[in-house]
Amino acid sequence: MLAEALALSAALFTIGVVGVLIRRNAIIIFMCVELMLNAVNLSFVALSRYYGADGQVFVFFVMTVAAAEAAVGLAIIISIFRHRQSVNLQNINLLRG
Amino acid sequence: MTALPAGIMLLLQEAARAGGAHPLAGTAADWLWLVPVLPLLGFLINGALSLVAVAHPGPADPDAGHGEAKPAHALPPDTAGAHGDDHHPVARHRFAGIVSVIGPLVLALSFALTAAIFFAMRAAHAEEPFIQNYFTWMITGELDLAMAFQLDQLAMVMMLVITGVGTLIHVFSVGYMRDDPGYPRYFAYLNLFVFFMLVLVLGASYPVMFIGWEGVGLCSYLLIGFWFSEKANADAGKKAFIVNRIGDFGFLIALMLLFANVGKLDFLGIAAVAPGMSVAVVTAICLFLFLGCVGKSAQIPLYVWLPDAMAGPTPVSALIHAATMVTAGVYLVARSSFLFSLAPVAGLTVALTGAVTALFAATIGLKQWDIKKILAYSTVSQLGFMFIAVGVGAYVAGIFHLATHAFFKALLFLGSGSVIYAMHAAYHKTGSHEDAQDVRNMGGLRRYMPVTWVLMWIATLAIAGIPPFAGFFSKDEILASVYARAHGSNLAEASLLGIPGSTLLYFIYFIGLVTALLTAIYMTRMMLYTFHGPNRTGEAERGALKEAPWVMTGPLVVLGVLSAFGGWLNLPKVFTDALPVGSTFALEHWLEPVVGEHQLAVTHGKAAHLAAGTEYVLIGAAVAIAVAGILVAWRMLKPEQLVPKKDAPAEQGIERVLAEKYFVDEGYDRVIVQPVYQGSRGFLWRGVDAGLIDGLFVNGSGWLARGFGWLGSAAQTGAVGTYAWVLVLGVIAVIGVFTLR
Amino acid sequence: MIQLLDSIGYTGWVLPALLLIPLAGAAVLLALASRGNGDEPGPARTARMIAFFTLLLEFAVSLGLWWSFESGAGWHAGVDLAWIPTWGVRFSIGVDGIALMMVLLTTFLMPLTVLGGWTSVRTKVHSYLILLLVMTTGMLGVFLARDLFLFYVMWEVMLVPMYFIIGIWGGERRIYASLKFFIYTMVGSILMLVGIIYLGIQSANPVTGAPDFSYAAALQLSLSPAASFWLFGAFFLAFAVKVPMFPFHTWLPDAHVEAPTAGSVILASIMLKMGTFGFLRFALPLFPGVAMDPVVRTIIIALAVVAIIYGALVALVQPDFKKLVAYSSVSHMGFVMLGIFALTVESVQGALMVMINHGISTGALFFLVGMIYERRHSRLIDAYGGIARVVPMFAAALTLVALSSIALPGTNGFIGEFLVLIGSFKTYPLLTALAATGVIFAAAYMLWAIQRILFNRLDKDENRHLPDLNWREIGLLTPLVAAIIWIGVYPAPVLRRMEAAAFDLVQRVERGPPSGFTAPGARP
Repeated sequence: MLAEALALSAALFTIGVVGVLIRRNAIIIFMCVELMLNAVNLSFVALSRYYGADGQVFVFFVMTVAAAEAAVGLAIIISIFRHRQSVNLQNINLLRG
Repeated sequence: MTALPAGIMLLLQEAARAGGAHPLAGTAADWLWLVPVLPLLGFLINGALSLVAVAHPGPADPDAGHGEAKPAHALPPDTAGAHGDDHHPVARHRFAGIVSVIGPLVLALSFALTAAIFFAMRAAHAEEPFIQNYFTWMITGELDLAMAFQLDQLAMVMMLVITGVGTLIHVFSVGYMRDDPGYPRYFAYLNLFVFFMLVLVLGASYPVMFIGWEGVGLCSYLLIGFWFSEKANADAGKKAFIVNRIGDFGFLIALMLLFANVGKLDFLGIAAVAPGMSVAVVTAICLFLFLGCVGKSAQIPLYVWLPDAMAGPTPVSALIHAATMVTAGVYLVARSSFLFSLAPVAGLTVALTGAVTALFAATIGLKQWDIKKILAYSTVSQLGFMFIAVGVGAYVAGIFHLATHAFFKALLFLGSGSVIYAMHAAYHKTGSHEDAQDVRNMGGLRRYMPVTWVLMWIATLAIAGIPPFAGFFSKDEILASVYARAHGSNLAEASLLGIPGSTLLYFIYFIGLVTALLTAIYMTRMMLYTFHGPNRTGEAERGALKEAPWVMTGPLVVLGVLSAFGGWLNLPKVFTDALPVGSTFALEHWLEPVVGEHQLAVTHGKAAHLAAGTEYVLIGAAVAIAVAGILVAWRMLKPEQLVPKKDAPAEQGIERVLAEKYFVDEGYDRVIVQPVYQGSRGFLWRGVDAGLIDGLFVNGSGWLARGFGWLGSAAQTGAVGTYAWVLVLGVIAVIGVFTLR
Repeated sequence: MIQLLDSIGYTGWVLPALLLIPLAGAAVLLALASRGNGDEPGPARTARMIAFFTLLLEFAVSLGLWWSFESGAGWHAGVDLAWIPTWGVRFSIGVDGIALMMVLLTTFLMPLTVLGGWTSVRTKVHSYLILLLVMTTGMLGVFLARDLFLFYVMWEVMLVPMYFIIGIWGGERRIYASLKFFIYTMVGSILMLVGIIYLGIQSANPVTGAPDFSYAAALQLSLSPAASFWLFGAFFLAFAVKVPMFPFHTWLPDAHVEAPTAGSVILASIMLKMGTFGFLRFALPLFPGVAMDPVVRTIIIALAVVAIIYGALVALVQPDFKKLVAYSSVSHMGFVMLGIFALTVESVQGALMVMINHGISTGALFFLVGMIYERRHSRLIDAYGGIARVVPMFAAALTLVALSSIALPGTNGFIGEFLVLIGSFKTYPLLTALAATGVIFAAAYMLWAIQRILFNRLDKDENRHLPDLNWREIGLLTPLVAAIIWIGVYPAPVLRRMEAAAFDLVQRVERGPPSGFTAPGARP
């Protein structure tokens, strides 16, 4: 049972990583990040059956962080969209040194 | 606050203990400290007056208009009066009256006290020096140095010369400087000088002496640059100080050597162990001490400051640059006779340096036109004579010449001051800017200032060595001593640079004779051009030439008497045998407790006096040479053919070399001053400091950090996708490393 | 006096009081600053008065040490409190013979610095004074600390206010100068922090394992030669930058020139002493094996002699008078380093005297430069000339102070240099003789500068109406001039108070490391 859960988690995580790497739309990248987080959550829950409830506690932490991240991230994306009429990350390099 | 009175009590007890057993205790000598403190008080009062007057400018204060330098002739004629050697504002300071009293009075009191102590000393027959410990100066580790004075016969001679001649020059200054706006400042410096000079001669240890040694240098600096608005004067003061510092460097090294080898720095302590020290160490100490003397007493190669020092007021030249400060080097050698008498090589060096300097300066003196410059080179030359004496271990002869020189050279300088005063007043009347110090502008002055003329001739005969004037006896004593020591002394047995000492001593004797000839020539030349022949001052100015007031000629007369009879201080035996005058070798007997033993150490215990026959020959030769010099100058030089300075043609050939002083100043400038300055500026500052250290290393490391920062920031493309790729690849790499390892 | 001090329990509270009084003053000013703006003349004046009297009180309190600690032997008036127990850090302070004069010098100069900036600092007066007061605590803490950690904290505490004082109230290139000063000092001190932590761990309590940062414990450590060498290097760098030794000196001219008068005075008079104080307190007693290593010692002494001559020669050609004084400091501090590493009782005492005298004389020089700068707004020597005629009192003061700076006998400057020279000559004759040429160059640069400022023709119209010193300035200079003469003529009381500590130091260093490694060849 554990092996299947971990495999699913790994698959989800890889999909998320690939999505983050190859997509250009900020919203989709954002959703891919969420996907990665939830993949990790899944492995936490699965492993907690064998190692005690600590993993489930962590899941709550991750969900909280994900919620906060979603709020802040979406706000940033919206504000970028308002300025540029686009959420294509290739056109945005505000972080350049 | 309890520490201070307790400390003073302790000091008094200490002082009482130290002086307890000495025959001078309980006499006037207990007031020894007051001798230097009186001039110090004068300095404080006069200095305060000069600063107070600035804070509250009065109606007669030239600085009332906030220091506008008014040219002399712009002032109303009634304020015109005495002048120094320079164009400076003429206006009487509002405290001139009180300063005229305080300045000379403290010196006169100091002299009176010195005289009282002198008589106490004569009565007490003290063989041992009278040490007065006032308080602990420096104490640490092995060093225990008291602020202490040492009164002995040598210090007493110096004190009498300093306070005696000093008082006369202070009185003269009242006339000479009264109408200078810096009058209180002048007297403040002059008083301070006397204070330091007395500390110099009274100090019981080298460091205490060094206080005076550098202190007189400071006062010399301040007084040479007294009229500091003229750059040349300020330059001359600075030059004097820096050149003296080169000598002081030698003095300091000698102190370090003494401390490292003896562990003590007081004269008595060193004298006690000196005979046990290795000759090499003593020689090194003596040579470094002598470097100090070379600076202070203007010997080759450091003599260059003294002629420039004539930029100061003339009484200063008389007091500091002729009678007292410049002879401090001679005093130092005599004071250190317990060291120098053990180091014949050092003694030969001293004597040879003195001889070469004496000759060298005398040749320059032949072609100078500035009356003060002639006297300055003459001073350098005479100091050379004194060093010949102390170098060959004839300490009494050196001190004797020091004293007589103080008399006649002070007289010559003050006399020249009197002449310059008259010349200046004359030129001042017509607003002319001719040089008041150039002998070519003088001539025939004996008709206008007869007193000065007579007195200056006395001094000239004295310096030329004509009997029975003072200089004859002292100079003859020096030459006879050199001659005697060539026959038998530790000097004659030693050798310097491979040349045997006796040969060197004969050579020095010969140079001494040549210098005596040149001295007679250039002094006669100066007198001839100044006082004889037709007057060249100018038609309009001639009427204004007149004798100086009595406050100035009075001291001249006293000095004239001293120059004429100063030789009585130390009459040679051949003289007292022939004539029923005075006592034989009075000064020699007086100084016996201080230097007698060391003089004998040089001459292997024999009395250094020659057989009467030899001595007659030597005296005859010396007198013949002096007379010949005067006659040659008198016959060869034609004052009638001189033209005033402004019409005079430039010198050519050897005359030019002499008039330009062998171009030594220019040489020093090019070989030392400019390389140091340019090297410091171009290489050390711009190159090493700003370029290498600050530029390459300090700011270089800053630029390096910036460079790395730039590289790092260039990697920040701003494209988040790239970051994500880098991140993932990095994770894969890390996992790969850990799994494949 | 002793009875009076004993009756008020002086030694029990004096040192904490010295650290707290300035902080209390700073707190008062902080409270005032929240209400009124220091840019207005009224509140600014009040603030200055508060700061001045706080520091005057500080001086009065510290003065008791002069009598209560006359022997100068061992530690005095110590206070030892737990501070950060888990790290073994204690708030341990005390004064010894070396620190005594440094403390008195600091408390003596600080009120004067407030007077010196009375009219020249007109903006953000409250902040300025608060920084001065905090800095006072920091500097005293450095001198008093008996705990390495506390020492380091205080070392940094005094750095920050100085950074702001230069950076906010400085001259045109103040940002560059303050950054340079800060980074330079930081580079040195961060390595020292590593060294301190290492020492603390080395002397850790064997039972509890808690580190021990106390100075006494560090003295007892027996370190391997290699460890000693690297630790010495870390401390050396921190202190050498602060001294500053050649070739770590280039921050000094910039910082001095750009700092406001008070900043320059504190930098020159007190902060530079921290470097040499560090050598005396830590680098030498903690690592005697390295300090006595002939190679290390000769290199340091050679650098000191280079600094003496090099500083003087570079000072000679400076067009800016403040920069000239800065380079002259490099030269003077070379004498201190020479005296310390020559390590005879006379030379160490001489080094301590030069530290005091340099504090007084160079402080006075910077005050005088500040005064003339306030009138004329130029530090360039060529902007002046002949002003002795216009401002004779200024001229008299400047001449006297300059003479003390070039070590004229009878002034304080001579005592220190003389002791250093005769003491060092015993161990390093040739290098010391070379150092003595410094007296010639010192005369050259100082007198030449004095001549171009005070003497020569008064040829610039701007200088014709300069006002002479006012009463505030006379009051400020009088104590300095008095100290110059007093120490020059009667230095014995000062020397006596420092002798035991100097003797102890020389003994301790010559005895070598506490145990085990006695061989001097301590190199990896």
